[in-house]
Formats: sequence, structure tokens, C-alpha cells
Amino acid sequence: MSYLLGLRCRACGRRSALAPVHVCADCLGPLGVEYDYAAIARGVRRADFSAGPTSMWRYRALLPVGDDTPIIDLGTGFTPLLRADNLGRALGLKHVYVKNDAVNPTYSFKDRVVSVAVSAALEFGCSTVACASTGNLAASVAAHAAKANLPSYVFIPADLEPAKVINTAIYGTNLVSVRGSYDQVNRLCSEVADAFGWAFVNINLRPFYAEGSKTLAYETAEQLGWRAPDHVVAPIAGGSVLTKIAKGFSEFRDLGFIPARALRVSGAQAAGCAPVSLAFLSGAEHVSPVRANTIAKSLAIGNPADGDFALRTIRESGGGAEMATDEEIIAGMQLLASTEGIFAETAGGVTVACARKLAASGRIDPEELVVLYITGNGLKTPDVVTSLLAPAREIEPTLEAFEQTMAGAVA
Amino acid sequence: MAARTDVIVRIPSPLRPLTGGQGEVSGKPGTLRALIDDLERTYPGMKSRLCEDDGTLRRFINVFVNEEDIRFLEGLDTALEPGTRVSILPAVAGG
Repeated sequence: MSYLLGLRCRACGRRSALAPVHVCADCLGPLGVEYDYAAIARGVRRADFSAGPTSMWRYRALLPVGDDTPIIDLGTGFTPLLRADNLGRALGLKHVYVKNDAVNPTYSFKDRVVSVAVSAALEFGCSTVACASTGNLAASVAAHAAKANLPSYVFIPADLEPAKVINTAIYGTNLVSVRGSYDQVNRLCSEVADAFGWAFVNINLRPFYAEGSKTLAYETAEQLGWRAPDHVVAPIAGGSVLTKIAKGFSEFRDLGFIPARALRVSGAQAAGCAPVSLAFLSGAEHVSPVRANTIAKSLAIGNPADGDFALRTIRESGGGAEMATDEEIIAGMQLLASTEGIFAETAGGVTVACARKLAASGRIDPEELVVLYITGNGLKTPDVVTSLLAPAREIEPTLEAFEQTMAGAVA
Repeated sequence: MAARTDVIVRIPSPLRPLTGGQGEVSGKPGTLRALIDDLERTYPGMKSRLCEDDGTLRRFINVFVNEEDIRFLEGLDTALEPGTRVSILPAVAGG
């Protein structure tokens, strides 16, 4: 049963029909989708979610697809929510959980938003899917397009990490490497979308695409036993994930699926690209663009279109925002791996490093139940840690050699 | 065809109804502010789609001059030389 009503401008409120369009015809503001929440409240029960597939699609009623939309799903979501006591001790927090989206089909949370977008693209009869990407989206689009038997074009900055390039090219996409920053790639893709009429998942399909991130919140709520956490920390690139996580929890609360309780939403950015955190810390009303320069390339969006929405969400919830230097990011990756056995990409390092700062400053209270959102797998960004890892003990294949190395002598 | 003395302006699809469907139009060199007024004279209604009542650019419009965001330049006071490419785009970002 689809509860989708149509599109609605997030700036001026003007309503329009469902279409692969992301811009309000009146005010050029961003479009969002609108649901019939009253009908959902009447027709959907928590048991319906529990009885659904063990993937993000158990929450289909709250996702922007129709009854007959073909769902392109590689088995995304319902990822582990792990109690992280070792990490908690290191951060000085008593109740820390990690939502580990590093384990999705293409190893990042992007599979959630792409599964929705590619399904919607099929519904609209789009013949080609495309995206502008800092890396994770490219892999997900390429993989889902393969599954949907659609040609795809993915546009990436030319200096993207090699692992991400391989993780994208393998699916047989058309990879376009652009000599520029992500922001330049993004701008180019807006022009290509206009000129070629392709379905860019994060441009003209954005209203549908973005909704997929709400499932991060829904799953967290269900996995915690149908309650929200007290505090969440999410990385900020374009600002969509943080905003949609908050929306997911508030929908569940408004629909009566979880008890009403205050939820603080905090954001994590890299110091080399922190337009939202800077705006928060300076008290600015709006986010101003910056030029990105950070090892956290997946967060290197200097001009986040959902930046103001993320800023407002953080402020209204009583959360905070922090930023992490390159050194702190790597330390965050190592801390998560060595305390909880989770290898996250640089964005995960950002989230952990910022959670540490938010805890140290008291913005996160030690008694709060905190969830950290880990959005991508460490194998996507191995180069940043390679030089820091302890070298293997290299020995001859003899017991004596091994005993000698254990005793501290050179074998 | 735009002369090399003109400024070339890319128009995003939502605004093409105002330009008779054209995705690219020409303008005169000068400031970006003056260009918008110039566009308004040729394509009435354009200015109010781009600017608030106080003349500032609307929140969800991005303008690029030779691929550079005007917020890194002089905003609406950015000077446009002959042959400059101006791109008007709705704000959007992803990852």
C-alpha cells in the first residue's frame, strides 16, 4: 500500500505531482515528498514492519514508491546496531551504540538512498541513471543500475581514492572522471541533467533518493526495542543524512511507533570542510560555502544544499557540531577498529573523533544513550592508514625464529 | 549565436519557459547585478525568479561565473568580462 501523496516544496510549500523533478517551479527551492500520515497511522502497525523483509524495505510504507514500483534491492539495510562499551569507555560515555552501515552491499549507507532512487527511476520510465559522487554513491548507482539492467553514468572527481574507483568500475558503469572538486562535479552534473534528461539520483531524483536515509532512524528505533536514542551523531556531507535521520525518528514518534522523547542530533564534519559546523559554532544564521581540503573525501562538499536544514535540525534539537583534523580522523578510525572491531572509512573516523569532542565538551552527557552512524567501509579509504599500521613481524618459517621474535630478538 | 563581446548565460530548465525554451542566452558585460536587470528587460519575470524583493539572490539559486561560485567572488557585484560564461543553477548537492 503506497501512502505517497505527491511532491511539496520544502521552502514555499507549493505542491506538485510526482515526477523526477527536484526544483520548485515557483521559488526554485528543493522539493520533498509528501505522505498521507493519517492513513499510515490508521493502516500501519509496528508488527507490519517486524513481519517485513530483513532489509530497509520492511519500512516500505514510509518510502516514496508506489504499489507497483519494481523495487531494486541488493539486500540493503537492517545493518547491525552494536553496543560499543569499549568505545564508550574511551569516550567517557556509558551507553554507546554504533550503527554499522559499512556492511551494506556496496559498503556504504548509499545503498539505502540508491535503492529508492533507482526503483523510482524505473517507475518513471527513465532510461539512464547517473550521479555526481564523492565515491560511495558512484559504486551504489553502478551496482543498482546493473541489477536494474539500466545503463549508468557516474561522475567523480579525478583524485578519488583508487579503491572507490575500482569499487565502482567493476559493475560495468560509464565512469566519468572530472578534473575538479566534488562541488565542480556537482555543478557540471546539474548542467548535464538539464541537457541530457538523465535520471541523476542525487539531482532530479533527489526528493525520492533522500528519503532512503530515514531507514537509518527506523532501524535504530526498532533495534533499540521501539525507542529513540537520547543522542545521535551523524556525519555531514550534503546535510541530507542528518536531516533525514531526524525526520525518521520524528515520523515514528508522530505516528506513535515510539514514545515521544527529546532527541539531540549532533553533526560531525572534517575540519578541512566544515561549513555547517562553522556556522553552528559561530552562531551564523546560514551556512556559507567553503573550499574543501580534507582526507575525508566522502564529506568534501563545500556547498551543502541541505546545510541550512542540517544546521536548523542541530540547533532545534539541542545538539552540537564539531570538526576533526586529518590526524584526528585517522585516530578516530583506529580507535573504532581497535575498540569495537569495525573498520570504517574516513567519514567514520570523523564521526568518532567528533563524538569524542562532543563528549569532552559535555554536549553529549555521559548518561545518554548515544548512537554513532558509521556510513562507509574502511576498505574504501585504506591509503590514509597504511603508513600508520604496525608492520608485521617478518620471520623465517621455523619455530626458533618465532620464539626469538617473541623474546624480542631479531630472527 | 552569441558574439564574443557578449556574456553567455546558461538558463536552468525551470526558468526556460521565460526564455521561450532557450537554455542559453546572451547578455552584456558589466556586473552580475546589471546582467540580471538586463535579463529582466528581455525576459520579463526573470528577476523576481532569481531575486528577493530586496534585490539579494534567492536562497536556493547558485550562480557560477566561469565555473566559480559567485560567493567566492564578489557576489552580485562580480564583474563579467566579454566571453564570460554565467551559469544559473538551483542549489543541490549530494554525495
